[in-house]
Formats: sequence, C-alpha cells, structure tokens
Amino acid sequence: MPEQLLFAMEVTLNGLMSGVLYSLVALGFVLIFKASGVFNYAQGVMALFSALTLVGIMEGQVPFGHMINAIFGTEIHHFGWHVPAVAAILLTMVVMVALAWAVNHFIMRHLVNQEPIILFMATIGLAYFMEGFGDLMWGADIKNLNVGLPQGLNSFIDETTFNALGYGFFIDNLDIVASVVAALLVIALVIFAQYTKQGRAMRAVADDHQAALSVGISLNFIWVMVWSVAGFVALVAGIMWGSKSGVQFSLSLIALKALPVLMLGGFTSIPGAIVGGLIIGVGEKLFEFAIGPMIGGATENWFAYVLALLFLVFRPQGLFGDKIIERV
Amino acid sequence: MTDAQAAQSTVSADGRTIGEVVMEMKNITLRFGGVVAIKDISFDIREGEIRAIIGPNGAGKSSMLNVISGFYHPQEGEVFYKGQKRPSMRPFEVARQGIARTFQNIALFEGMTVLDNVMTGRLNHMHTNMVQQALWWGKAQKEETENREVAEKIIDFLEIQAIRKTPVARLPYGLKKRVELARALVAEPSILLLDEPMAGMNVEEKEDMSRFILDVNDEFGTTIALIEHDMGVVMDLSDRVVVMDYGRKIGDGTPDEVRSNQEVIDAYLGVAHD
Repeated sequence: MPEQLLFAMEVTLNGLMSGVLYSLVALGFVLIFKASGVFNYAQGVMALFSALTLVGIMEGQVPFGHMINAIFGTEIHHFGWHVPAVAAILLTMVVMVALAWAVNHFIMRHLVNQEPIILFMATIGLAYFMEGFGDLMWGADIKNLNVGLPQGLNSFIDETTFNALGYGFFIDNLDIVASVVAALLVIALVIFAQYTKQGRAMRAVADDHQAALSVGISLNFIWVMVWSVAGFVALVAGIMWGSKSGVQFSLSLIALKALPVLMLGGFTSIPGAIVGGLIIGVGEKLFEFAIGPMIGGATENWFAYVLALLFLVFRPQGLFGDKIIERV
Repeated sequence: MTDAQAAQSTVSADGRTIGEVVMEMKNITLRFGGVVAIKDISFDIREGEIRAIIGPNGAGKSSMLNVISGFYHPQEGEVFYKGQKRPSMRPFEVARQGIARTFQNIALFEGMTVLDNVMTGRLNHMHTNMVQQALWWGKAQKEETENREVAEKIIDFLEIQAIRKTPVARLPYGLKKRVELARALVAEPSILLLDEPMAGMNVEEKEDMSRFILDVNDEFGTTIALIEHDMGVVMDLSDRVVVMDYGRKIGDGTPDEVRSNQEVIDAYLGVAHD
C-alpha cells in the first residue's frame, strides 16, 4: 500500500480518537439542553472545575489555601496526604452534585418560565463565576493530572500494523481509553433517558413544565439531577482532557470546540453529539493533511467552524436534531 | 363502609353510585393583587359524580381549578381532601396525591409520541429503582409491563390506537385533547379535573368528548370535576353544578335546580337595567 494512503489512514484514526473527546464535551451540552432547554455555556468551565477539584483532592491541597494564607498570614498549602484516584473521583462527584444543587437553588429555580436567552446569559455568568471560583479554590497554576490511565504509544497496534503493512500506526493509549469510556457513557446515558422513570421525567420536563407538574414530576428534583449528570459528564471530560494536556485554564475553551459539534449533530441528539464529534475530529485532521499544506496550514483552527456554518445554512437542525414540525 | 358513610351514598337514576365527599373547598378566597378572582366560595365533590363548575368568561372557574390542583394558593380558606385538611402543596405533590388534570390550552409533551405521553401519566405508579429499570431487571420488567397494559387499555378506551406512535405535535386539536385526557386518566386518579374539555371543538367533536367523559365516569367510576362555559353540554353531563360569576358562587345544585335559578339566568342572559 502506498505510504500516503497509510498515513491518511493513521490520520483518520487519530481524528476519530480526538473526535471522541469533542463528543464527550458536547454530550454535557446536549444533556442539559434536552432536559431543561438551557444552553449551558458553563459546561466547559465545569469540566475545568471538576478536573481542578480532582487534582486538588488527590494531592491533598487545601481548598482556598491562597486566600486563607493571605488573610491569616499562615503558610498552609497541603494537608500532607494523598487520596487514591478512585476515592478522589467519587469525592469530586459529590462536589459536582453539590454544585448542581447550588446552581439550581441560587440561579435556575428563580428563572423558571424565562426566555431561553435569559437562561443562556445566566450560564455565561455562571461560567465566569466558576472560572474565578476554581482559581480561588485551587490556585491558577497548571497542574498534572494522573489518575493512572495508560498513556503513550500503543505498542501492540504499532507492531501489528508494522508487521502487516510495513508501517506502524501511532495510536495513543489514552485516546483508546477515552473512546471506550465515551462509548460506555453514551450507552449508559441512552438507557437512563429511555428506560428509567427519572429519564422519562427528564424528557417530560424538557418538553413542558406545566404538563410535567400535572403528572406529578418535581421540577427542582429533575433539574438538580440533570445538572448532576452534566457535572458527571464534565468530570469524565475533565479527566480525559486533563490527563492529555494538563489541567489549566485553556481546558474551559474546549467548550468552544463543542459548539460546531452540536451544530453538526443537532442540539437535542445524544447520538448526534457522538457522530458530530467524530466527523469534526476526522474532518479537521484529514483537511489539514490533504489541503493544509497547499494553503499554508493551520486549518484545524477554523475548519470545524466553517463546517458548522455550512450546516447552519443548509440543515439548521443538524444531522440528528429534532425536525422542526410546524402545523399550518 | 360505616353506616354514616353508607347513609351518604346515593344511587343516581342511571344506577351509578355517588359516594361520600372526597373533596371539600371551604370559604376559598383568591386574590391577585387587588383583583379578587375567587370570593369566599365553598362547595364539595362527591365520589363517583361528575361535578361541573360553570360561569361566563372571567368568572374565576379556571382559578378555582388551579386552586384544587395546587397551581394557585388561596389567601383564605381551606381544602379538605379525603377527610383531611390539605396543607399548602405544590402542583406535583397534588398530582401525586391522586388528582390528575388537563389544561384549557393543552399541555402535552409535543416532542413525544402519544404512547410516551400516556406513559408519563404512570410515573407515580413506578416504584422500582433506577438501576433495576436501567437493567430491565426483576420487578422493573413486570412493573413496566403492567403499566404498559394500563396505558394500552386507556388508549383503546379513548379510541386513539391508530395514533399511538405518532408524535403529538402532528395531531389535530381535537385528538390532542383526547390524548391529554388519556394521560390524566391513566394515572387512575381519585379526582379527574378537566379544564374546558370542549373548548374550541366543533359539534361533532364535542359530542365525542361528552361521550368519553360519560363513559369514563361510568366504566371506571372516576370522580370528575370539569369546567365549561357552554351551558348546554354541561347540563347534559353533570350530576351537580356550581355556577360562578365575577368570583362569587351564585348557584349550586342539580342541573334542573341551577337552570331555574333566577340569578344564574341573569348572569347568563343579562339583566335589564332601568
């Protein structure tokens, strides 16, 4: 097989893998949007916040350490213990549920029946607040996150492909783990939404508040649940991205990459978020590989957005979004 | 049943049993700022009857229904449900107590199919936990099957089998009303509240809906409280009627009693002022 084609195949595979990571972030958006009609701008910051919290707990960092030291003139930074990864992840999840409760109690509860744009603005505020809050709580320095996930070249794939094709594919172990986790997450979420009582209630709330109340659904309970699930998805995304590129502010910007994914897949579709992420992941890598050199490169920066723009023009509901039905 | 309760039960002309008082509204007053929507109204609903609340536009009928279903909270007065004073409750808590309702402007889950809509009415009859449901395990499977059977029975009863899998958003108005009725009915409510079930319908649709309401009451013995401003329909349907006008109660009794009440006639036909 020609070298070029093999290389293209490797690029495609890597594109799929990074697409999975986009999908993970997009999933959090879709969940909240489906369940409450809110486009949660803070989803990316939630991923950052969860990753910061996870690292903080694992390292035994004192929350608000800098603030405490500044006020009381002390010099405490660490409790001096290390928490095992699994326990730290569970503790972080507890924090994310508490956050979900707080978001509902202090913000969303007061905005029932408001226009979607107002809810959207509220989440922008929430995003900036949480960004600052995360810094205040855990410090603004770049942190390493290592929960024990395998990283680096997968030598099995490398060797197998080298022996078979004479060209070793470079696939990162972490990307493989991320793909498996994403697949499990999606299956779990779909089963949850389709087959459980709470999932049904969630879909009902998204559709009509009044009707949901009349069949005995507590809106507050469902909202806290939805934000908790979104927190959980943010945590998973935070772990994957944090392990890959360190926990730092730029983690919150992955939210911006999720936007074109959503436009492609449709804002209301869980499979859409997955397929959209994959298309964008593969698309931007292949485009850079095939067209990039001809036009000076750096196409990865804009490819996703241009693709999203085209979709907005020709298929505004995305690939899998709810059809816009209108009775005339 | 004790003797005292038995004494309260009566058998109506067509052989249905009207039981004891299931809900009692006592001196309800509801204000919105300076506007008095309901003024010191008392009435009761008996088990198994069809109870109508009628009145001209703006009489406060819908407000009354919203008080019963917990959407509004009256400033004064008490609600007694199954013999006990009901504390101030939110709508979902009222629904869980067995009071189902429909809405004047239809509140359905537009994006879901008819069957899914009806199944949401069974949410409060599901008691297995999330994990069991997700894994389709043990009791959860049996429970889902049972709930589905109830849903299918109601769907058959209201003759909407043909549109079971259709998304609600595609249905015409009259059918939507029927789906909403199905969703409320499937919860097997102690009291079924219908907010203008015939509003915006043509004569034929009204006749259909009237027949369904009567059949539901007859077949399942469901207690029904309904609001309507079309006098003709109500008089044929209901066992007892409350008449409201400008937030006050101006009549209460059987359709015949109400029909001959001078104040009611004045409210509906107008009074000559000299």
